[in-house]
Amino acid sequence: MKPDELRSLAQKESELRKSYRYRINVCCSSGCMPFGSLKVLSAFKDAVREFGVEEECYVARTGCVGTCSLAPAVLVEPGDYLYQNVTPEKAREIVKEHIVGGRPVKSMLYGNEAFFKKQLRIVLRNAGKIDPLRIEDYIAVGGYYALLKALTRMTPQGVIEEVALSGLKGRGGAGFLTGLKWRYVARAPGSPKYVIANLDEGDPGVFANRTLAEADPHAILEGMAIAAYAVGSQKGYIYVRSEYPLAVQTLKKAIEAARSMGVLGNNIFETSFSFDVELRLGAGAFVAGEETAILASIEGRRAMPRPRPPYPAQSGLWGKPTLINNVETLANVPVILLKGSEWFSSIGSKNCTGTKCFSLTGKVNNPGLIEVPMGITLREVVFDIGGGVAPGRRFKAVQVGGPSGGFLPEQLLDLPIDYESLTKAGAIMGSGGIVVLDDTSCMVDTAKFFTEFCVDESCGKCTPCRAGLYKLYKILDGFTRGEGSVEDFSKVEELCEFIKEASLCGLGQTAPNPTLTTLRYFRDEYIAHLVEKRCPAGKCFGNSGGGGVE
Amino acid sequence: MPNSGGQQTGVKSDRRLQMLEAAIKQHQYSKDALLEILHTAQELYGYLDKDLLQHISRQLRLPPSHVYGVATFYNLFKLKKPGMHVVTVCMGTACYVKGAENIVSTIEREFNLKRGGTTSDGRLSLFVTRCIGACAMAPNAIVDGEVVGKATPEDVLRKVKSAMGAEMVEAR
Repeated sequence: MKPDELRSLAQKESELRKSYRYRINVCCSSGCMPFGSLKVLSAFKDAVREFGVEEECYVARTGCVGTCSLAPAVLVEPGDYLYQNVTPEKAREIVKEHIVGGRPVKSMLYGNEAFFKKQLRIVLRNAGKIDPLRIEDYIAVGGYYALLKALTRMTPQGVIEEVALSGLKGRGGAGFLTGLKWRYVARAPGSPKYVIANLDEGDPGVFANRTLAEADPHAILEGMAIAAYAVGSQKGYIYVRSEYPLAVQTLKKAIEAARSMGVLGNNIFETSFSFDVELRLGAGAFVAGEETAILASIEGRRAMPRPRPPYPAQSGLWGKPTLINNVETLANVPVILLKGSEWFSSIGSKNCTGTKCFSLTGKVNNPGLIEVPMGITLREVVFDIGGGVAPGRRFKAVQVGGPSGGFLPEQLLDLPIDYESLTKAGAIMGSGGIVVLDDTSCMVDTAKFFTEFCVDESCGKCTPCRAGLYKLYKILDGFTRGEGSVEDFSKVEELCEFIKEASLCGLGQTAPNPTLTTLRYFRDEYIAHLVEKRCPAGKCFGNSGGGGVE
Repeated sequence: MPNSGGQQTGVKSDRRLQMLEAAIKQHQYSKDALLEILHTAQELYGYLDKDLLQHISRQLRLPPSHVYGVATFYNLFKLKKPGMHVVTVCMGTACYVKGAENIVSTIEREFNLKRGGTTSDGRLSLFVTRCIGACAMAPNAIVDGEVVGKATPEDVLRKVKSAMGAEMVEAR
């Protein structure tokens, strides 16, 4: 593709978009799909034909708008009218009233303005508003312009500088400065070099990366291509969970479309830069998200981490310098290049710029996918955006950071969300899961649940993680039956510290967080189990069947 | 030289094997492609039995221990034949918090099987999975590929029974 072709296609597509008075976006991502969105999509198409408004109303199959509890969700533009729990019958009525009659159907609208008010969408800028299967839709909203800019008007060093100045940090959880990582790979001797986009979102309760891939796959591809140009790579891999069939399909089609459009392949935009991307499927291993484990998995081996250094930047795939970034990190990159690092660094807090996507789930009124500026408080997320817990229930705790994230109590809700504050409080940013618990959840049982998860998912390579976590699980399992005494607390804490200190990779190093934070902030519940032999939430002591590690 | 027939390793020579061979060839017998090949094999056969794993190990010239090691490492690969009907209950965080455990124990009780297992007549398998990603609709279960959102144990039981057919319920 020539630069001019991109410009003229963008103009043509955006004019086409403008020629419609209305646009009906039907969410067809995996949150809505199981609940009938494809039927709703065809009902909209039928109704538009029935009422003869095909010329002025475009019906699009899009990705997620974030309000996943309202599935299927439908967004009507202009005005961003969000309809909830749409059925084929309701679809017809919406076309009849809203499109033909010009009167939005109030009774079906999502009435909760607050869910969106405090959000800021950079990564999810196009989610729910473009058809992920049409590369033209992405180009119409400025897609691949950042790549064009990078290739024709910036040096690789210039790109790295811009990303470094933006302050962007890795969104996979560790929070390493992206620009710095790129610089390491760019300077590393050896070729070829590889770029890996990490979409192994193995954390239960987290679906932000999947949603991004399903809603805006080209944002990931464009970010990868820019990264590849910056570090001097010609080959990229997207490592995606095979549990995400729709994301896999969407990415596959996006890669094909990008190839045939010429934004992937040889001599992109008539420059000397060539880059291609391949998908690699995971097979259900939480630890595979760890950056050295991902390498092993792509090479067809067990996803077991290895000690670092050497870092993948020096010795990655097949021993070559390799850049590994989370897909959310990569999706930020095109916007940074187009709007500038200064703009990006003005968002969020001083040491933590930009936004973060979170999957907000659990006992919260408005679960869904959100994107908020860094530095926002947990209280704003749980109560303003999430709408708090159900009437009659009391908020108890919020878990941040996936299965190895810590539980934070009400008194810490004013904590700003950034890497440092969360780690200090015993939680982690992780890949962006926020799970809300109310007074019906038992903290001892919950700690046991997450420890069991980590026991299952431990790869078994290093002893502290393999044996230590199992021991920890056994103790917690006993606690839920009232076995043990308060004297065991210090032993548990010691064991946790040992696992954290001595484990090889991030899995073991963070796995004790749920236990440590519940012991720290909800010690009274542990005491109730062991001294009073009762579970304040009424969950333990045989009231509910437990899991059990085989 | 790669082994072209399947007989020696006990894998029946049929269309599925041809398709597997084509996939292996497409990956140029590369050892790195083991995961991709295992994915393809499971898609074709439904599960990976010993003969199939042995066949793949010969074709890719990898030690059987390596192939077996990789196949058992990843949760997704099934080494036993699943039942005619499959119910999978999501045990991700959001689903667990919202009572997925009750769904699992109800199915276990009702059909006298354990999670990960299959009924003795081979009609139903029960699996638990770590997060299908529909957390806002938690708890979720999947009955023969169909997702049941905001599920109660009764909902899932009803779906399973209707999938298995009425005669099964009566026979109990």
